[in-house]
Amino acid sequence: MASLTNRVKVLEQQPLSFMERLYLPAIIKGMAITFSHIFKKKATIRYPEEKRPFSPVFRGLQVLNRDEEGRENCTACGLCAVACPAEAITMEGAERQKNEEHLYREEKYAAKYEINMLRCIFCGLCEEACPKDAIYLSETFAPSNFTRKSFIYSKDELLIPHPINDKQGYDAARVSRVEKLKK
Amino acid sequence: MEMLQVDMMLILEKLLLIGGIITFSLVIAMYTTYAERKVAAVMQDRVGPNRAGPFGLLQPLADGLKLFFKEEIIPLTSNKLLFVMGPALSMVTAMLTSAVIPWGSSIHIFGREVSLQIADVNIGILYVFGVVSLGVYGIMIGGWSSNNKFSLIAAVRGASQIISYELAMGLSLIALLMMTGSLSMKTIVEQQMSGGWGGFLGWNVLYQPLGFLIFLICVFAECNRTPFDLPEAENELNFGYHQEYSSMKLGFYLFAEYVNMFISSAVVSTLFFGGYDIPFINEASLALSWGDNIVAMLGFVSLFSKIAFFLFLFMWVRWTIPRFRYDQLMDLGWKKLIPLALANMIITAIVILWFNK
Repeated sequence: MASLTNRVKVLEQQPLSFMERLYLPAIIKGMAITFSHIFKKKATIRYPEEKRPFSPVFRGLQVLNRDEEGRENCTACGLCAVACPAEAITMEGAERQKNEEHLYREEKYAAKYEINMLRCIFCGLCEEACPKDAIYLSETFAPSNFTRKSFIYSKDELLIPHPINDKQGYDAARVSRVEKLKK
Repeated sequence: MEMLQVDMMLILEKLLLIGGIITFSLVIAMYTTYAERKVAAVMQDRVGPNRAGPFGLLQPLADGLKLFFKEEIIPLTSNKLLFVMGPALSMVTAMLTSAVIPWGSSIHIFGREVSLQIADVNIGILYVFGVVSLGVYGIMIGGWSSNNKFSLIAAVRGASQIISYELAMGLSLIALLMMTGSLSMKTIVEQQMSGGWGGFLGWNVLYQPLGFLIFLICVFAECNRTPFDLPEAENELNFGYHQEYSSMKLGFYLFAEYVNMFISSAVVSTLFFGGYDIPFINEASLALSWGDNIVAMLGFVSLFSKIAFFLFLFMWVRWTIPRFRYDQLMDLGWKKLIPLALANMIITAIVILWFNK
């Protein structure tokens, strides 16, 4: 049959030689290869103890930011909710009262702020939309729980630790934020 | 009365030995499953079981416990008596062979000489062959009584495979037996120990390399290990002859496979690698300075390290070589191994006649 293209490669299949038909040399060669793999570096990462380093732009669960005095940054402007393609964010705004200056940074704040982590697609658009540097994506991931309801995170779960009550926790959350901004 | 007392001691001694060896082989079989998983892992650049206990050492216990707690299902359409008998038979035949293997020379306790061999039968090898050929009934009965087509096919495959490879196995051993002139395992080991270089030059593998190779290949086939694991070819027959089994019955089948591996390694080490002989060391002169018991223990350690090597070889081959096709398996058995074994036998016979004339 004439070949349809000029790229045809004719394979010359020769019958196996005696040494090849013995198979033993090939088997020994194969066994040498598997044996050499014993000493190779293992690809496994022992997960809970050992974690893979994240990329600087890793997008995990959201957290709500506080400033150095522990005041919430969020002003309930709703830009994150608008930006969210999965419609995972809902919020209710409220006006700050006279004696609440130590709690909220500006006159308006989010009385209720909820993110449905089952809807969230971790695209990070909320972070980009936020004008007040109030929401950003942390490196936490793979949350687990028994009910679907518990995946609707309220402010209790979202807010980062208070800088006065829990300095260490606040700094840890803060540092990752600063690092992230640098890159 | 005197006679009776002596007999009681003998019975006690043998019972202890039997109990010890059964426990020992079960523990070894248990940890062979662990070793298999570890070897598979490191050969595939993984880590393997490491969660249960330090280095995952409790993994076999966890596996066994899991099997015990599983629901035991006996299919409605199965032959119930045979269905229960299958795994039991597999296990019994796997354990029986250990009776004639000399696990070491004799030790002296309370002025009695205790041989580390359950029974020094003068037809030890024949006994091994007899028991090994019974092993096929475990697979056959298990596969047939499950009343499942996959199991039946697997059982038939297993039976035909074991029968074909037993022939080549026997023929390869005949050449060895012509050299040793004895069927007793103990005598064979002692003959090997009397060779030069502290016994190393007496090892049968040096005189019967081809016989050893054929025997080793047949052992792989008899144990249903890769590349000859056709009875349980997962991707063709789902799970092979133990597909319908669950709980500890399945555990017995899997366990029997590992006990079989252990015992076959022991047989290979005994027949071809000097058994409990320590290479390059003259046991008799060492026994004079260190005492019999220590030397016997060292001999046991030596045998055990040989067994461990063969167990590793079993796994090494399993994670290297793909499975044979069924016709290739039969081709290798009948057209290659049997003629080779026959040729080996004839050459050995000629050489023996030449030197003895």
